[in-house]
Amino acid sequence: MTELRYLAPDTLDEAIGAFAAAGSAARILAGGTDLLVQMRSGVLKPGVIVDIKKIPEMTAIEETADGGFRIGAAVSGMALAEHKTFGKVWPGVLEAINLIGSKQVQGRASAGGNLCNGSPAGDSVPAMVAAGAVVTVQGPNGRREMKVEDVPAGPGRTNLKPGEILVSFSLPPRPPGSSNAYLRMIPRTEMDIAVVGCGVSLTMNDGIVTAARVGLGAVAPTVLLVEDAAKALIGSKLDDAALARAASACSAACRPIDDKRGTIAYRTKVAGVLLKRTAAIAAKRAQGN
Amino acid sequence: MNVVTNNKWIGQRTIRPDGMDKVTGRAQFAADTTMPGMIWGKILRSPHPHARIKSIDTSKAEKLPGVKAVVTSKDIVDFPIEKGAVMLGIQDMRWMCRNVMARDKALFPGHPIAAVAATTEAIAAEACNLIEVDYDVLPWAIEIDDALKPDAAILHEFNKFDGKPSNIVGRLEHKKGDIAEGFKQADIVIERTFTTRPVHQGYIEPHACLISVAADGKTTIWSSSQGQFMVRAMTSMLTGIRQSDIRAIPAEIGGGFGGKTIVYLEPVATLLAKKSGRPVKMVMTREEVMRATGPTSGSKSTVKIGATKDGKIVAAHGTFYLQAGAFPGSPIRGAAGCSFAPYDIPNLLSEGFDVCSNRSKVAAYRAPGAPIGAYAVECVMDEVAEALKMDPLDFRLKNAAKQGTKAAHGPVFPRIGYIETVEAAKASPHYAAPLGDGNGKLRGRGVASGFWFNAGGESSAQVNITEDGNVVVTTGHPDIGGSRAGIANICAELLGIDYRRVSVIIGDTQTVGFSNLTGGSRVLFASSMVVTQSTEKIIQTLRERAAKIWEIDPEAVKWENGAAHPVSPNAGQFEPLTLEQLAEKAPAMGGPIGAGVQLNTQGADGGFGTHVCDVEVDVDLGIARVIRYTAVQDVGRAIHPGYVEGQLQGGVAQGIGWALNEEYIYTKEGKVDNPGFLDYRMPVCSDLPMIDCIMVEIPNPKHPQGVKGVGEVPLVPVMAAVANAIYNALGKRFYALPMSPPKVLEKLDEPLREAAE
Ligand SMILES: Cc1cc2nc3c(=O)[nH]c(=O)nc-3n(C[C@H](O)[C@H](O)[C@H](O)COP(=O)(O)OP(=O)(O)OC[C@H]3O[C@@H](n4cnc5c(N)ncnc54)[C@H](O)[C@@H]3O)c2cc1C
Repeated sequence: MTELRYLAPDTLDEAIGAFAAAGSAARILAGGTDLLVQMRSGVLKPGVIVDIKKIPEMTAIEETADGGFRIGAAVSGMALAEHKTFGKVWPGVLEAINLIGSKQVQGRASAGGNLCNGSPAGDSVPAMVAAGAVVTVQGPNGRREMKVEDVPAGPGRTNLKPGEILVSFSLPPRPPGSSNAYLRMIPRTEMDIAVVGCGVSLTMNDGIVTAARVGLGAVAPTVLLVEDAAKALIGSKLDDAALARAASACSAACRPIDDKRGTIAYRTKVAGVLLKRTAAIAAKRAQGN
Repeated sequence: MNVVTNNKWIGQRTIRPDGMDKVTGRAQFAADTTMPGMIWGKILRSPHPHARIKSIDTSKAEKLPGVKAVVTSKDIVDFPIEKGAVMLGIQDMRWMCRNVMARDKALFPGHPIAAVAATTEAIAAEACNLIEVDYDVLPWAIEIDDALKPDAAILHEFNKFDGKPSNIVGRLEHKKGDIAEGFKQADIVIERTFTTRPVHQGYIEPHACLISVAADGKTTIWSSSQGQFMVRAMTSMLTGIRQSDIRAIPAEIGGGFGGKTIVYLEPVATLLAKKSGRPVKMVMTREEVMRATGPTSGSKSTVKIGATKDGKIVAAHGTFYLQAGAFPGSPIRGAAGCSFAPYDIPNLLSEGFDVCSNRSKVAAYRAPGAPIGAYAVECVMDEVAEALKMDPLDFRLKNAAKQGTKAAHGPVFPRIGYIETVEAAKASPHYAAPLGDGNGKLRGRGVASGFWFNAGGESSAQVNITEDGNVVVTTGHPDIGGSRAGIANICAELLGIDYRRVSVIIGDTQTVGFSNLTGGSRVLFASSMVVTQSTEKIIQTLRERAAKIWEIDPEAVKWENGAAHPVSPNAGQFEPLTLEQLAEKAPAMGGPIGAGVQLNTQGADGGFGTHVCDVEVDVDLGIARVIRYTAVQDVGRAIHPGYVEGQLQGGVAQGIGWALNEEYIYTKEGKVDNPGFLDYRMPVCSDLPMIDCIMVEIPNPKHPQGVKGVGEVPLVPVMAAVANAIYNALGKRFYALPMSPPKVLEKLDEPLREAAE
């Protein structure tokens, strides 16, 4: 029977050393709410587990001097919810992360794990994409930065190189009149997986959209940044025509599959519906800022 | 209404005896048991929906270090098909022996092929992979329409229908009058066809057991089931060990809903334990539960109802095709027998067809078959009421069955409470309330009724007075819905003592007399009869003992408030003798005090319910949610109202899941594609409103406390109530379950598509 080694280093360098040395047999453990489930069901049988929660940088939430945020990859949803200002600046990112699972799951689940698990349906990912988040990754060859949308490579796969660990998310400072929102469609009310997820981030000036980003989840092999939808919103007052154009752009961007969770027709239509609803919430929030 | 109010404990929401253990995690479920030297059993399952098993080579598995025993169908007692049925309850052992281990053919993906016991679960699993099975893969059919095609793959070649090999393995009909004549009198006739998907009982606790077979053959089974005697009998029949050598100990049960009325693991684990000489533990994974244990049937039903302009139903015809899964035995009796039972219909034909197909054998699920039939009938009832421009409850009242109505399934109804349930629904605050504004979402209201037979049958009880003057009641039925709490209320009431002094336990097969399994809503009905008679015997003994002490006639002693008293001052002037005092004096006064009664109980009355449901539909996403629900039911007498409401609410919750999201989804290869709780969507708490209950109490005159079964009726009307509410909201009818978001949206988009063409 294969043995399982569990390591919990205190520093990033140690973690990277151990992770790289163990090669493909190793897995990073953040909250474990995906990893342990996959191990118990027999999908994964790692030989080495590197727990990153003892590394201070991984669990830190930092407000940067310019007004941005840097969030450690292993920060739990609950810790983020308790932060004094994060939820005011990035309500859409926080609500996306806090949708993951239940109270119990929230105590562990991280945005880093959600992204690195590579599910196209991960809830925090479209919100992070809409937020324009950039991730810092570090491996045996040093640090580099990537856009969030460039991390997923396909279901269950990422573009991290062997031995690389996701260290943190950086979210930019917000101009006045900005806000964001996230909505997902699930058949139930909780404890479910997104059939479609939609994140929208807006900046508004005098009722006119001056900047927008749209992220869509569960409609393609990876979470999508939908630039055409953003273009349809920018310059508009979020009138029906602009929203309809943005909704069509979302539907057009979908490359979904028919599966047990939803049909192509359903997902394509719902992507547009959610865009309209999410944009409306983001706009309402932005007007207060 | 005939509510009895002068009781001290009957009708009280006493504290449930298992509550503390369950909320603190102390309760011992089947998987919590361990023994020294214990090893683990695992089952190798068929990957194919349909395949002939040419050979099984277990030699490599047997050589793997750590493997202690391997079992195949050769080790299981065979019940040859040609020798005819061998029934145990409603199960034919010919099918049971083939269901626990495939013999010549594998009939569904997940069908057990062989089993291994090894020192660890991982070794047992690895050994399963080393077993070589040579399959001859056959064509297969899962859906009813596919199984009925002329060229369909036939599961059981010996079976013939209309003279030809067929997957129709059974038919029953209930008939009254002449439907052809009846439909001629109708002004309005509506006929519709409905389909439902297989749905699982969804008990949270997977099947599990620990079994020890000692060198002298004495066998002990710890397992979770709805009947320890069923476990003992089936294990005995399938292993050849006599019943007196098998002690089946019921664990606390983590849900069953009918699904634990048959065995899967126990005979296999017994044989592994016998072969290895070690105690064997087996615990199914959720995936095994979903793939290989019985959900209920998927179905295809056609219902035709004819009525006159003034709202009288003159004829009805129902045909109900139910999937049996791999072996005969779908619940056509419930579908054909229950679905028209609320109505007095002069001309009726109700037919059930049992259809085998390549999926797991169905197991009972709460009022087996009845919700499937009621879904079709109650939806057509709604359409007929609409066509007649009648309120749907008035339409039901106009046609309601009552005392003296001859039911198509046989009986002439005694005093029943159906009309009272409809009247209570009509008078409910819910039915009177406006639907309210959905804030952009569309709202609608629907109603439906339902019936379930209920049951009596064998029960045993022993009631003992402890040396310190308290009470222990032992019954033989696993408590899956509150029977211990109900029995404590009844026994305390009869003895006139605090209910906390009565401890109710579930005995094992060797310590209490035969008791039929927990099913059919029979347990409180039957076990309170034997407990009542036992307690009355004890009271008689106590009176006799007091009479002896006082040296008066036993007839001059009455039992009241937990003590013996002289019936009147004339009888003598004595201080009362309490239960404690009489227990203390017992050794000198004739010995221990206790009594047992065993009966085949008779006189169970059927149960009726009427439900009102409000839904709200998000028309852009196709999501329907139930926002208000009221379940009205004739409960006979609510011995423990909290538990009765719990039964009603639980049934409704399951029905809402069945209506809106639950379904077995299959891959192109014929395998279940959603064998887990993420993609098999049962409702979570936040999906449901608080479910209101109205308990109508029409006591059963043939029962000492007036009890009627309550556990199954509440699932029967739900899917139709939800479907009728969705129609009311959208103006579109759905003829298939589940009404899940993609399906609702597809339907809503239909006219748009037509307009575009
Ligand atoms: C009951 C339940 C409900 C759930 N509900 C939802 C839901 O509603 N929405 C949703 O999106 N998800 C849901 N999930 C899935 C899961 O909780 C989320 O994906 C969560 O964000 C994973 O985070 P984690 O910290 O637990 O990740 P882990 O399980 O620790 O890791 C996930 C994967 O990412 C890798 N990884 C983690 N951190 C790093 C890192 N820093 N660098 C490199 N690789 C890394 C791990 O090796 C692993 O492969 C649910 C899970 C459960 C058990």
